[in-house]
Amino acid sequence: MRPLSYSRAATVEEALAFTAGRSGSAFLAGGTTEVDLIRAGIAHSDHLVDINDLPLRAVEHLRDGGLRIGALARMSDVAGEPGVVGRFPAISQALLLGASQQLRNMASMGGNLLQRTRCAYLRDGISPCNKRDPGSGCAALEGFNRGHAILGTSAHCIATHPSDVAVALAAFDAVVHTVSPDEERVIAFDDLFLLPGDTPELEHPLGANELIVGIEVPGASITRRSVYLKFRDRQSYEFALVSVAAALEIDGGVVTDARLAFGGVATKPWRARRAEAALIGGPADHTAFRLAADAELEAAVIRRHNAFKVELAARAAVRALSAVAR
Amino acid sequence: MDLEIASGATGRGPGAAPVALSVNGETRVLEVEPRVSLLDALREHLLLTGTKKGCDQGTCGACTVWVDGRRVLACLTLAVACDGHEVTTIEGLSADGELHPMQQAFIEHDAFQCGYCTPGQIMSAVKLLEEGNASTDEDIAEFMSGNLCRCAAYPNIRAAIRHVRDHRGGGS
Repeated sequence: MRPLSYSRAATVEEALAFTAGRSGSAFLAGGTTEVDLIRAGIAHSDHLVDINDLPLRAVEHLRDGGLRIGALARMSDVAGEPGVVGRFPAISQALLLGASQQLRNMASMGGNLLQRTRCAYLRDGISPCNKRDPGSGCAALEGFNRGHAILGTSAHCIATHPSDVAVALAAFDAVVHTVSPDEERVIAFDDLFLLPGDTPELEHPLGANELIVGIEVPGASITRRSVYLKFRDRQSYEFALVSVAAALEIDGGVVTDARLAFGGVATKPWRARRAEAALIGGPADHTAFRLAADAELEAAVIRRHNAFKVELAARAAVRALSAVAR
Repeated sequence: MDLEIASGATGRGPGAAPVALSVNGETRVLEVEPRVSLLDALREHLLLTGTKKGCDQGTCGACTVWVDGRRVLACLTLAVACDGHEVTTIEGLSADGELHPMQQAFIEHDAFQCGYCTPGQIMSAVKLLEEGNASTDEDIAEFMSGNLCRCAAYPNIRAAIRHVRDHRGGGS
């Protein structure tokens, strides 16, 4: 592992001061991705600013029914928070289906959103990879791409975003609060994750000296009837091949509101807006669910080994929607 | 920033500097670079070799220890970040030469073959019962999934955990 300098900040202001003007700085929260990638030689930070003492761990329920999650709240704490379990079940379920209890105890919510893809070609340090070495190509395009994305891909990158909870947060219209020396920003969830396009090395719009301080989920009755389903190669402690966050509101047999997002199949947490539009106003039955899923997956671009994800994603969506329609 | 005026845990490295770790209730000061993992600090600097290095990338659970009473992975934790926090390793589990009930149960239920993953399994299992997610075998399997056993002693590991759950209270 390359040599590192280390600073520990007590406040947000101090954290920003420690990173200012010091290239190669990175914030250290849970470290579960950061330490791993620095050791692997994939991340190149040489100065870590430990932000774990910052007072950003609270999980608060807002008066309007919304949820405010501190950026340093741990995955396990959010997963077990009674109000999250009761009012945002898909968030709790997604958290519990991610990683292991040890990692959930370490990993922060802010860090979870910014975790990097698990694409083996990024992580091996040798293969062509436009994220690691822009312009070098993408080994996954013609390689072992069974786990790779079918939505949001480009000719330069087909890596999936690995987060589970981000899929549920995408479905619930979360926003991300950030602070930098110049300003405080509120970023719509969809805007936090960039499509690879011609620049797969750019994964988010945050500045080098910009810190996520919180995640906010607006209050909405639909979140109460939500579910997160995950399909993977082993029963636990594995990234998704396909996952789905789904929520429905039904009135007199007619879908009045719908939320659907996919994980494991796209280059970012994938809000399925086409499917939602197809669902709203229609019947809450198997046929309608299948047509809606198909509408979203029409845009899928498959590679040699991942064609199965189209059918699996459609069936996962139908199952999740059926579960919340009961 | 001015590294000279920095004190405590701020402004260290890249060279070695003293880190005060509280390990198994005892304060230990060691000279380590910021890049040193808690796992290497325990094994190579404090010679507490009960905590095992398996994958060194957060996928096997062999290095499971407790920091401030929560089970975490020592391989992805920097030692310097533990300054001011309580670390507990498998060596700190037994008191006065008496095995912890979970250690005893692992022996009685033949819950290991090669034994390499065992310290991590036990550190995880004790916390599993405290966390209260061990009421069924499915729950035990799910919440122990961060500890891999290449000998596949899983059925006996679950039996040991059930035994402690059912004979010591705790769990749920």
